[in-house]
Amino acid sequence: MILGRVVGTVVATRKDERLLGSKLLVVQTQDLQGRDEAAYMICVDTVDAGSSDRVLVVTGSSARMASGLKDCPVDAAIVGVVDSVELNP
Amino acid sequence: MWLARVVGTVVATRKDPGLVGTKLLLIQPLTPERSPHGKPIVAVDSVGCGVSEEVFFVRGREASFPFLPAEVPADAAIVGIVDHWSLG
Repeated sequence: MILGRVVGTVVATRKDERLLGSKLLVVQTQDLQGRDEAAYMICVDTVDAGSSDRVLVVTGSSARMASGLKDCPVDAAIVGVVDSVELNP
Repeated sequence: MWLARVVGTVVATRKDPGLVGTKLLLIQPLTPERSPHGKPIVAVDSVGCGVSEEVFFVRGREASFPFLPAEVPADAAIVGIVDHWSLG
């Protein structure tokens, strides 16, 4: 999984029917110090994350293991809102 | 599978029900020469390892397999603690 920050929302009226009702968020990836990186991705939110929340993102086929996403055409899902990150160098 | 060193921990109270009870660790993938390789990632621990240990991990769908029949939404899982490795 990777760490990121919610920076926006995506609205799509016409989409795969299995995505109906899914909340799509724009997530910018972050490094361990919490600095934004250039990369971003569109994720389905399964934990009710909000704007600017630091989140945990699962990518690839594992994203379909998230709650309510079985057989959905999804390759990135937010599965946690991060409280804290502790680094031990 | 890949080699990595555990470099930290992640705490998330609000998370997918499949992740409840799992331990989330930050790992830095390593080359066989023990230098960092790529970005650190968050992995689920399936073997009970601790910070600064050297481990090996799986990526992709297989990362959820250690927890079967539970469906854990993980794309990286630590599946072993390395005692030592050598090259050549």
